[in-house]
Amino acid sequence: MATAFSLPTALPEFILAVGILVLVLLGAFRGERSVWLVTEIAVALLGVALVVLLAGHGGTNVTFYGSFTDDPFSRFMKALALFGSLVTLLLSVEFMRREKIAGFEFPILILLSTLGMMVLISASDLIALYLGFEMMSLALYVVAAYHRDNTRATEAGLKYFVLGALSSGMLLYGLSLVYGFAGTVSFAGVANAVKDHSSIGVIFGLVFVLTGLAFKISAVPFHMWTPDVYEGAPTPVAAFFASAPKMAAMAVLVRVVITAFPGVAGEWRQIIIFVSIASMALGSFAAIGQTNFKRLMAYSSIGHMGFALVGLAAGTPDGVHGVVIYMAIYLVMTLGTFAAILSMQRDGRYIEDIADLAGLARTNGPMAFFLGAMMFSLAGIPPLGGFFAKFYVFAAAIEANLFALAVIGVLCSVVAAFYYLRIVKIMYFDEPVPAFDQPGLAVRIVLALSTALVIFYSIVPGPLTSAAMAAAKSLF
Amino acid sequence: MFGFGILSGLLILPLIGAAAILVLRGDDPATVNNIRWIAFWTTVATFILSLVAWYDFNPAESGFQLVEQKTWFSSAISYKLGVDGMSMPFVLLTTLLMPISIAASPSVERRVAEYMVAFLVLETLMIGVFVALDLVLFYLFFEGGLIPMFLIIGVWGGKRRVYAAFKFFLYTLLGSLLMLLAIMAMYWTAKTTDITVLLHTNFPAGMQKWLWLAFFASFAVKMPMWPVHTWLPDAHVEAPTAGSVILAAILLKMGGYGFIRFSLPMFPDASQFFAPLVYALSVIAIIYTSLVALVQEDMKKLIAYSSVAHMGFVTMGLFAMTPQGVQGAIFLMISHGLVSGALFLCVGVIYDRMHTRDIDAYGGLVQRMPLYATAFMIFTLANVGLPGTSGFIGEFLTLLGTFSVNSWVALFATTGVILSAAYALYLYRRIIFGVIEKPNLMAIADLSAREVVIFAPLVILTIYYGVHPQPVIDASAASVDALIKGLGQALGATKAAGL
Repeated sequence: MATAFSLPTALPEFILAVGILVLVLLGAFRGERSVWLVTEIAVALLGVALVVLLAGHGGTNVTFYGSFTDDPFSRFMKALALFGSLVTLLLSVEFMRREKIAGFEFPILILLSTLGMMVLISASDLIALYLGFEMMSLALYVVAAYHRDNTRATEAGLKYFVLGALSSGMLLYGLSLVYGFAGTVSFAGVANAVKDHSSIGVIFGLVFVLTGLAFKISAVPFHMWTPDVYEGAPTPVAAFFASAPKMAAMAVLVRVVITAFPGVAGEWRQIIIFVSIASMALGSFAAIGQTNFKRLMAYSSIGHMGFALVGLAAGTPDGVHGVVIYMAIYLVMTLGTFAAILSMQRDGRYIEDIADLAGLARTNGPMAFFLGAMMFSLAGIPPLGGFFAKFYVFAAAIEANLFALAVIGVLCSVVAAFYYLRIVKIMYFDEPVPAFDQPGLAVRIVLALSTALVIFYSIVPGPLTSAAMAAAKSLF
Repeated sequence: MFGFGILSGLLILPLIGAAAILVLRGDDPATVNNIRWIAFWTTVATFILSLVAWYDFNPAESGFQLVEQKTWFSSAISYKLGVDGMSMPFVLLTTLLMPISIAASPSVERRVAEYMVAFLVLETLMIGVFVALDLVLFYLFFEGGLIPMFLIIGVWGGKRRVYAAFKFFLYTLLGSLLMLLAIMAMYWTAKTTDITVLLHTNFPAGMQKWLWLAFFASFAVKMPMWPVHTWLPDAHVEAPTAGSVILAAILLKMGGYGFIRFSLPMFPDASQFFAPLVYALSVIAIIYTSLVALVQEDMKKLIAYSSVAHMGFVTMGLFAMTPQGVQGAIFLMISHGLVSGALFLCVGVIYDRMHTRDIDAYGGLVQRMPLYATAFMIFTLANVGLPGTSGFIGEFLTLLGTFSVNSWVALFATTGVILSAAYALYLYRRIIFGVIEKPNLMAIADLSAREVVIFAPLVILTIYYGVHPQPVIDASAASVDALIKGLGQALGATKAAGL
């Protein structure tokens, strides 16, 4: 159903937008006293937006003159992005308080970025795409450098900004090329225009668009910023980078190539296959030598994006289904692992070295169990959720006869299993070091909840699987 | 009960025990004692339940029995369990050896709760492998077993436990991931992962070869076959006694079971095509690893190499694709499960007393440990394959089955029997016979009552199946006949089409 202008279709976005404006005023007038009030309201806003989103009517609605699509796919991915933002905001409270960097700007920036993600996920023309992309990114640049007295954090922020601006430029250049050669900005129009003839100009534009988006999901060879930014940024910010923006960027990548460029599928599939293989390989091998947990998670997320792209490379409904499920399970695993990193504190100070986990099984059995489950799940060992994530994308690759890609993928996942196992080894086999302090309630709940989700996904797979199927089908 | 059958009960029961232990967890002696008993009685209850399943099982039927099915991922990937004559013996072997392994673990004093939980979870996963009737479910159990075993080796193992645990994990993971890709290819071809449907699906001959190779990669590592056996000696040597027992007795059988359940009936043409390769690898395994076993200084390593050699007989018998060969392979796997498990327990007995596995550190034990010497002798002879023990029946049947197909292979394999006598008896002589020269051995104690009780069922079964193998053979006969008949038809059809 296409309407020219319909506010209810974008109700979650409006809730967030209005809420942000109110919060800015609140923060501006009440100053630093309002920090916790603003945080609480921000969490509530995200929760309300999530509920409104999920309670919304089914089907597909296109509005704002064709630039905004609300369909099962966008609802699924928005739910993931909102969930990721919500959880990272909850995780950040304790960290910000202990590090004494709490400010009312932080939750507002997270909300702004989330709003950008939602616009990005729903974008169905090139203008809305760029608008959402920049709205998300600008807020991200600021939160990366949020710890402004810390040189590592400011360095991370600057690096991210410079490279991010470059990728935005590439994206914009690509979008204008596509517009120039297709003569329209809407995805459906582009799809019609490049159906019959695939002029070299469109292909050029496509390559630049893919470059810009690959940067945001940190796929090789546009991953250089990831390890430095994850390591330098405050841990909750790194958790945010690893979760919500990845959902949005992957969603728009899928939507663009599937709905705007089905006519040149052969061309973009080559690119996706290369990016996928490169990401899996680099993510697996480069993580082996890491000693900093956040840096390791950066390489891990690069690898995981490679695995998710295996599903996109198939380019089929089953492939998109695989990508969507992969992102959902990856989100849970990432948030759980970052919750574990946030519970690594000794004598009131946060630590990030993997070696500090030594003997955790004896000093803090439950946490070792939770983190161990995360690691086995990230490695893709059944019966944990991470296995089924890989299962769906590789099954799609096999269906599309991409055997070489699938074989390379499983080889990389064996290599990756090595470094996940190394963390289990450190926790379970090594001699204990002094215990960690007791982490806050939010961190413990997130850790336990994500463990429960990855363990019980295999017992009750139905809801997620069918929702993902509906999401994937709505793109075709 | 709640719509679940007896096989689900077998899967759930150990998990309930594990949950109970997790609730109890504690380090004081009384709690630890309770934990041991909970684990023991849980495994005993599982064993009794499996006997009930056996009672309900009709060996004269060749199809799957006690089948239960629930929707899981979709109509194509479901939760489906069932047993037939080829899986029932393995289920019983698993449930029998679990209480024995738990009872043989008093020397584990560190982190007992976690140890018992790992074993109980492992039991669920192992039983699951043998009763799963859905490929994805099978894979889930098959690979899920890596997690508890990794922890068992790594936490409670010997000096080089970390190396051994990683090698075990990564080796098997690599093999099974290739199988996973084959499972997906089968899914897209047949549109289901139901094993009962796949058994009657004819895959194109070209595709069969790739699928066969992918499954082979997994099962050959698990089995293990030469040249991918090198993880086994390390894993065995470093694992705690009960871990070695389970590894040798049950985990190794998953490879053989996989060949019988999947490779042979689903890819008959490829199986015939690749049979010479399997023969060659089997014969190399039998002779080469027997020779390697001869020069080992570590008892566990010697038995580990002997396991590889025995698994060579199993693969050889399976791919002879004759009733005797397959029957013998199943029997040999069951027998090897009892015998090698018992041999690792024997090593565990003296290791607990002397804390060394060096063969040179012992000698003349018969003077101080007559009961132990007797038990060890029975298992050594069964390992050699002496008539009157269960080891003989299996080796004889596999050789018989192979001889009718390829006499050269059988001839070379027979030399392995002689070599096995050499290394096994040599080991026995060096440890048991002679006079006690080492002063620290003077005070060594004979088997305790607990240990006698542990060994009793294994001794009885080893000899009973040696003189009266009928129960095992009858249980699987109908299923094996159906398998061979199906193979013959499939190969006949291909030949007719080829002409």
